[in-house]
Formats: sequence, C-alpha cells, structure tokens
Amino acid sequence: MSDELLKPEELIKIDHKIPSKDWMDTPVNIRKGMYCYASNPKSVEYVGLPHARAWNPLDDDWKLPENWKQIIHEGFKERLDKFRSFKVFMDICVRCGACADKCHFFIGTGDPKNMPVLRAELLRSVYRNDFTKVGKILGKIAGARELTIDVLKEWWYYFFSCTECRRCSVFCPYGIDTAEITIMARELLNLIGLNIDWIATPVANCYRTGNHLGIQPHAFKDMLDFFVEDIEEVAGGIQVEPSFNRKGADILFITPSGDVFADPGTYTAMGYLMLFHYLREKYGFDITWSTYASEGGNFGFFTSHETMKRLNSKMYAEAKRLGVKWILGGECGHMWRVINQYMDTMNGPADFLEEPVSPITGTKFENSKSTKMVHIAEFVADLIKHDKLELDPSRNDHLKVTFHDSCNPARGMGLLDEPRYVIQNVCNHFYEMPDNTIREQTFCCGSGAGLNAGENMEQRMLGGLPRANAVKYVHEKHGVNMLACVCAIDRAALPPLMEYWVPEVDVTGMTELVANALIMPGQVDRTTDLRGEEIPGLQSDDVKTEGDNVEK
Amino acid sequence: MSGHVKNFLEKRKTVIIKKWFDCVVDTYPPETASFLKKEKDPFNNPVGKTTVQCLEAIIDHLLDKRSEQDMISHLDPIIRIRSVQDFPPSKAAGFVLFLKKIIREELNNQKSKDVEINELSALDSKIDELVLIAFDVYAKCRETFYQIKANEAKNRFYKAFERAGLVTGLTEEKQDLS
Repeated sequence: MSDELLKPEELIKIDHKIPSKDWMDTPVNIRKGMYCYASNPKSVEYVGLPHARAWNPLDDDWKLPENWKQIIHEGFKERLDKFRSFKVFMDICVRCGACADKCHFFIGTGDPKNMPVLRAELLRSVYRNDFTKVGKILGKIAGARELTIDVLKEWWYYFFSCTECRRCSVFCPYGIDTAEITIMARELLNLIGLNIDWIATPVANCYRTGNHLGIQPHAFKDMLDFFVEDIEEVAGGIQVEPSFNRKGADILFITPSGDVFADPGTYTAMGYLMLFHYLREKYGFDITWSTYASEGGNFGFFTSHETMKRLNSKMYAEAKRLGVKWILGGECGHMWRVINQYMDTMNGPADFLEEPVSPITGTKFENSKSTKMVHIAEFVADLIKHDKLELDPSRNDHLKVTFHDSCNPARGMGLLDEPRYVIQNVCNHFYEMPDNTIREQTFCCGSGAGLNAGENMEQRMLGGLPRANAVKYVHEKHGVNMLACVCAIDRAALPPLMEYWVPEVDVTGMTELVANALIMPGQVDRTTDLRGEEIPGLQSDDVKTEGDNVEK
Repeated sequence: MSGHVKNFLEKRKTVIIKKWFDCVVDTYPPETASFLKKEKDPFNNPVGKTTVQCLEAIIDHLLDKRSEQDMISHLDPIIRIRSVQDFPPSKAAGFVLFLKKIIREELNNQKSKDVEINELSALDSKIDELVLIAFDVYAKCRETFYQIKANEAKNRFYKAFERAGLVTGLTEEKQDLS
C-alpha cells in the first residue's frame, strides 16, 4: 500500500497514463515496507567496518562522511582494477533487455528500476561518467551521470532490493552476473557505512559468537537438548545423543543457525539428529556438531568480500581444531554459494582435510574434492541409492509435496536432482511446479541476501509473488499442501509468503521429510510426524516397527 | 441485468475487456505496462494474468453469470496484489470504475442508440456495488497482511525465548494474533 492518500480533486481525475519521464529524471521514492532499517552502529563498529553511525533512510541527511564521493570513486576504481569480471560487466552490456522481465522484484512490484538491466544502469551510469572517455565527453547522451546524493540514495534503495538470486543472469546472452554487480554496489555502500541492520547485526553476532543470532555455546547446546526430548516424544521413544565439539570425530556438521532456532527449520534440525542417530546405530557413523562454528550462513557475503572471508574461515578453523576428515553441510542457501564459488580461492585449499568419502557407501564426493564440504542432499541421495536407509514413504502420504529450488544451491552450485531424488524416495506424492519456475529458472523466495527482515514485508510479499503464484498453481491443480526446500532463509521466508498468497500450503525442509519416513532402529508406537501431529491412518495397533515390510 | 445493455456487453465483451485491461495496466509505469500487456506466460507474468482473469469475471458478473460471493473470490487475487504494490487504496481498488468510461466510449463508438438511460444507470449502480466489494476485499487483504507481519515479529522472539526457557509456565498453547 502506498502511504500517499489522494485528495478528492485528484480522485475525480481519472488519468490512465503516468507521465513518461526518463529513468534518470525519476527520483527515488523510499517507500515504507520496501526497505530494511539502517544498520545498528554498534554492529558496524564491532567488525571494524567504516563510518558507523545512527542514520535513517527517511531523513534527508544520511550523515555521510564529508568526502563520501571520493571514497566511492576510489572504491569503484580499486574494484575495477581488482575484479576483472566487474570491469567486463560494466562495459559489455548492450541493454538488449533479455534480463529485464526475469527479476521477481520487477514482476512483483512493477517498478522498472527493479529490471536487472536498469538496476545495473544505476551503477553503470556513474561508471561511464567517472571512468570512460565517451561518458566524460558526452554525459547524459552516452548514458552517463554524476554521482549525487540522490543517485546514492537510489543505489542504496535498489541494491537492497535485489536478492542476488541470479535468475536474470541465466538469460543474459553475455553471461553478465547481475548479482555480482549488486555485490560490488553493496561493497561500495559499505565503504560509507550504508548497510542494513538485518545484515550488519548478524555479521557482528556471527563474528563474536559463531552464529547470526548471537546464541552462545551453552544455549546452542540447550536447544539441541530440547530437540532430543522432542524426538523421544514424537519418534517412539528414540533417544538420540548428539555430540558437541568432539575432537577426533570423523565429520563436522555445520548448518544454518536458523534450523536450530526458528520454526519450521527446527523440525529439519530434529531430522538431522534422527538421521545421524540412525546412521550411528546401523553403521557406526561418527559426526560432531560445533557450538563455535554454529552457523552455515554467511552474511559477510552481503557486506564485502573481506567480511565474507573472515566469517567463512571460522568453519574451516573449527574443522582444523577438531581434526575431522571433512565437513557435512546442512540445508542452507548462500552458505553453499560461498563454499562452491568463493571459498576455494578465498580460504582454500583446505588441504588439511581429506577428500570426502562416505564412510557408509564408499562414494567419493568428487564435487567436494577441493572444498571438502558435502551437501546433505548429495550425502543422503547417495545413501538411498545404495539402499542404506530403511524408509516408509507412506508416513508422508498425508502430504502432497512440491519442491522449491533454493536459488543458491540450484543456480550457484547446480544442485538440482539430488533433493528431488531424496524427496521422491521418502514421499509418494510429489508434483513439480511449471518448468519456467524451477531448477535453473527457479523464482527466488524474495527474502534472500539479507532481506528477510520484518519491516520490509511489502517488499518480501511482492518479491515472492512469482514463486507463490507457481505454488498456487500446483495447489489448485494437484492439491499440493507442502512446499519443500533446502534453505534456512526459505524456511523462514516462505511460511508468511504462503500465508498471504496460498494459505493452504505449509513449508518443510528436505531432511524433515526424510526423518518422517525413516524407520528408526527400535522405534515403538510412532504415530506422529516430527511436528507432533498425528499421521492420518496410522493407528497405534498398526504402527510399523523395525523390520516390517513397507508398502508403497 | 437485462435488455439492450446486456446484449451490448455480451457482443462487445472481448473489446471491452481488452480496453479495460489496457487502462488498468496503464496505472503502472509505461515500461511495466508494456511488459504486462506483452508477456503471455502466466508464470512469467502473474500480475497480468491475474488482472485479466479478474476483469473477465467482473464482466461475467454484470452479465448475471456470477454471484456476489463469487465476486469476492474473483476480486481477491488482483486486489491482494495491488494492495501491497505502490498504490493508494483508491487506486488499488478503484480500477473497477474505469469500466463506466469504457462502456460509454464503446457505446459512442458503436453509435448504439438502443441502450436507454435507465439501463445505463442500473449498470452504473452495479459497478458502484462492485467497487464497494472491492474495498471490502482490500481491507481484508491489508488486515491479513498486518496479522502476518505481527505474528512473524512475535513468533521470532517469543519462540526463541520460550525455547530458551525464559517463558516457562506461561502457556504451552500456540499463540496467534489472528
């Protein structure tokens, strides 16, 4: 909803056309509900980032450092020299428009400056002005413009209206990764202290305590102990025993802290605990959690490459300290993009770890040869492929499931088939959304890259509209009532999105579905799912115990 | 609705919907309007698809093919979208009124003299009723939106505190502000 209310005389005029103005002449309108609050100065200070101060995006005065133009100009120049891709992306766009209508924010909001090409032009116009001869001479005719305070405000508003999901880059004939343009723009904004708090505070927390929420080690352990009790209750008396910070364990497990603290991710966390317990009982699987590397997510990625590197390094430092062979990673989004695309040249090679091999099937995880970190979907798919899990998919029969490809695992690392293979082996009712909304072309949840705050709810609802629209289609066509995903931000962002657009659909992680179907050794009287809800058709007298035949 | 105006609407339905659709999407910036008109895939263009479906349903309602209850469910998807987009309430729900002007223009264009003034007044009243329903739907969408916002804020903190044992003994029931 717009805040602006029309006067009666304005209401009388029904004008079907909005006056056409060049985009450069249309000033930014910072609209309530469409932006996140500015960063808390204490958080900025904590990690030593520059120009920490309290400021408000709605104020005229953003309390910028006096030489802010110079800082941006020098920062721009430094990055053009340092990152060849950035220079190339600034130069080669021919404005063909192939990306224009591919952005979920453009499709949802209808704001032309959310077209990826135009969002990039916000930066490119200043690049032309400051760094190209033709721009310096011809100015606006060559699409160049000076960096002014209004342009800066436009940068801040629109580069924090991009989830770096890279859907647009799939369609670019030149292979321009528009997300990397956003990444660079955010780096420049950070040079003058212009970040948002939903990024800055998690970064500071993660740096201090190891996770975004600032949960200290004892509280992290307490949470998992609560899950142990919950599992005993819902999984038929099974007593799981997670281990923490154990030196000499074979494998270190790292997942986003959202799985430990926010529903429905908590059920996915319970799923991990049950899966590891199953594997330990059956095959002597040896894994440990860490209360220090207690976060897979890396909001440094949305701040600057230096900050991303610092936060990523703690995971590997912990793996080294514990002396594990390799790392197993949980269901996370951008953690995997950081690992798959940046870790190796940033903190790698992790040659103190071993090339990952499944201790149960002997499979070598070639994709993780260098990073030494294996995705749980790949790990579980391999177990299922080798028939190492006893599963009763009928325990998920009350669910009609579809799968949302989380942008980072899908486009950032090509993890498309493994989660589907797992879900189709643990659920009998699976339906795909339309082709142009899944796999490489998946639509973002609308809340990634640090935009899952509460104050920007309009932005999130509109950014998630194309995704919700596809879910609505399979809900109406097939009765789909469960949306599965492999990302903690998705698990936090999709429930309110569904509640607004398709309220009949709930959200789950992949491992929750696995644990629902897993026949645990020694389980008795297991009639509920992980959420403690009775599974229709499962009466206490026909509960399956270990060794029962499973009918599909 | 009966008589000449109904026949006229029936006959010119496609043209009227096309013109009306153009007017509604012209409430967006021109670059966006051109995308909404051009893109035919319903998954690449959910706003355009939802808009056209809603307009068709309204015309059917005027032709007595749909009940008022139906209209709430048909107006809901488009207003659900417009109520979170950058429109004031009048613009989010007021697009229904464009129809009056379009029908008059179309009557003029066709030089139709059969439609009588009282028939046109009856049609206007029906459109006015639809606008009121549209505002009801708008208010409901905003209410739902704020409930979701409030519940999310509350759940984020409450559940974390609850799990950390800080609210033990208060209640075990799931709290919902809705």
